[in-house]
Amino acid sequence: MSLGPHLLLALLEGTVGALTLALTALGLSLVFGVMRIVNVAHGEFFMLGAVVTWYVSTTTGSYLLALLAAPLIAGAGAVLADRLVLRRIGYDPESTIVATIGLLYILQQAVLTTYGPYARPVAPPIYFRVGFPWFGYSGYKLVVAGVAALLLATTWLALGRTRLGLYMRATQQDREIAQAFAVPVNRVYTVAFGVGSALAAVAGALVVPIQQAHYLMGLDALLLSFVVVILGGLGSLRGTLVAALLVGLSDGVVSVLFSPTLAKIVATLMVALVLAIRGRGLFGEAAA
Amino acid sequence: MTKGSRTGVLALHVAALALLAGAQFLLPAFHHGMLARIMVLAAYAVGYNVLLGYTGLMSLGHAMFFAAGMYGTGLTIHHLGFGVGAGFVTGAVSGLAAAALVGLITLRTTGPAFLIVTLMLAQAFYLATLYFNTLTGGDQGFILTGLRVDLAGLRLPLTQPAVKYNVALAVFAACLLASLWITRSPVGRVLAAVRENEERTRLLGYDTARYRLLAILVSGLLSGVAGSAYTLLFSYVGSTFAGILYSIYPLLWTLLGGAGTVLGPLVGTLLMTYIVDIASDFTTGYLFVVGAALVVMILWAPAGIVGGIRARWVAWLP
Repeated sequence: MSLGPHLLLALLEGTVGALTLALTALGLSLVFGVMRIVNVAHGEFFMLGAVVTWYVSTTTGSYLLALLAAPLIAGAGAVLADRLVLRRIGYDPESTIVATIGLLYILQQAVLTTYGPYARPVAPPIYFRVGFPWFGYSGYKLVVAGVAALLLATTWLALGRTRLGLYMRATQQDREIAQAFAVPVNRVYTVAFGVGSALAAVAGALVVPIQQAHYLMGLDALLLSFVVVILGGLGSLRGTLVAALLVGLSDGVVSVLFSPTLAKIVATLMVALVLAIRGRGLFGEAAA
Repeated sequence: MTKGSRTGVLALHVAALALLAGAQFLLPAFHHGMLARIMVLAAYAVGYNVLLGYTGLMSLGHAMFFAAGMYGTGLTIHHLGFGVGAGFVTGAVSGLAAAALVGLITLRTTGPAFLIVTLMLAQAFYLATLYFNTLTGGDQGFILTGLRVDLAGLRLPLTQPAVKYNVALAVFAACLLASLWITRSPVGRVLAAVRENEERTRLLGYDTARYRLLAILVSGLLSGVAGSAYTLLFSYVGSTFAGILYSIYPLLWTLLGGAGTVLGPLVGTLLMTYIVDIASDFTTGYLFVVGAALVVMILWAPAGIVGGIRARWVAWLP
């Protein structure tokens, strides 16, 4: 294959990756924006989504059911973690980080013990090929990109147009004033943590037919999400989306043309460069 | 620190070191080897504590400094035929250089961005050790052979248990005393002020960014020294030590022992290494123990062991 078609393939891969990455990173960004905490276990909810999808779709044979179950189960797990641990430490930033690191290893080990060290695939629910003159491309990947884009738009609209979205934005801007205006801040926190983790789980569920489910897959997702939220600027959802598209595309292109490992290194160095020039990322708030 | 004279504090730490020195004559072989490993890892935790405990910066990427020390020593000995001494110096310098890089990049970040960026950079370093596997051996790593130090006409192989134990003790003692000295020096006071309230410290006229950079450099140097010593004593270099788990371990050890206490890192490392060792006799899921320990500690004992002792009984403990 000559360079032109090769690049087209790389861009297609990049777009699919970028949209699922945007979904994962949006979850992380939402949790940080509303609750001012960093969820180090975020990648594990991505992994949980993938593993639940494998379980549900192999036992029931329905991928669609799995796609619904994954965010629900992961979200429920997140709500439980919020109630049992995070609320009790008062969402103190440093304690929360330590607690979510603990959660990361607990989830990873739990999956390793029950699911095993295998990388297991799930058959794509729809199978068709899009024929290009130079190569055929999996239609399912394009569907994934479409669904991810749809979910991103839905989340965006929900944040802007619904009462819950209003509560979240109010809490993000000023927790105490929001509380004074009768926003149930504690409940908003729980919901934000649940929804943020569920978004990662959906992304995990969407990529299982492409990537296979494995207990360590959360680490790459976490790393890329971190890269994205730092590049976009902590706390800015718009920044997260823009950065996810940039990082996802570059990751896809470098992965196809060179190697996935190199792609992650390049993405990180890119962010390091941006940070050295502009400490708060592309769209970040001024230092508080 | 109202009571407790300078000599009292010094006596306590020298006594702790003397206890470690004496233990080698009493311990059975297995625990003898275990304690040698723990002392090197505790030196790493001491380096971590300079940043977390005394400057208030939480890093999730210290494995990069530890591994920089490791590769700095291992690669030069393996590929360039360096001796033990020269390899050790390159290891320490590599740790320092990695810290300088991270310090300069994170200089403009505050709060949560700092730990995210440290994790990110360390992960990139880890991936780089895998990517350049022709040089580093990647996951498999490589083994060093025939390491020995020549001291006063004696040829001491580093694989010999007694040599291993005493070199580990020397490295740990050097790191511990360095950390004690820094925390009690005027610079250490400024670092503590940065931890308590960076804004106010800046208003008092201190260039807090410079002090933060200094703390990162010291922390990186000590971590690099520990990594280098680990390679020399256990004759192995591998990318596992650059992975995220080895960034989490010093955090866990320091918190368990008590962040911001000089002896805390040793107590935490000692306890946790034995807990993991005992747990792996019963279950392969030792990571579960690590995770649960973190959650339990943050819920019920956030000050750690030595921190708890200080709060309740011995207020002058540094």
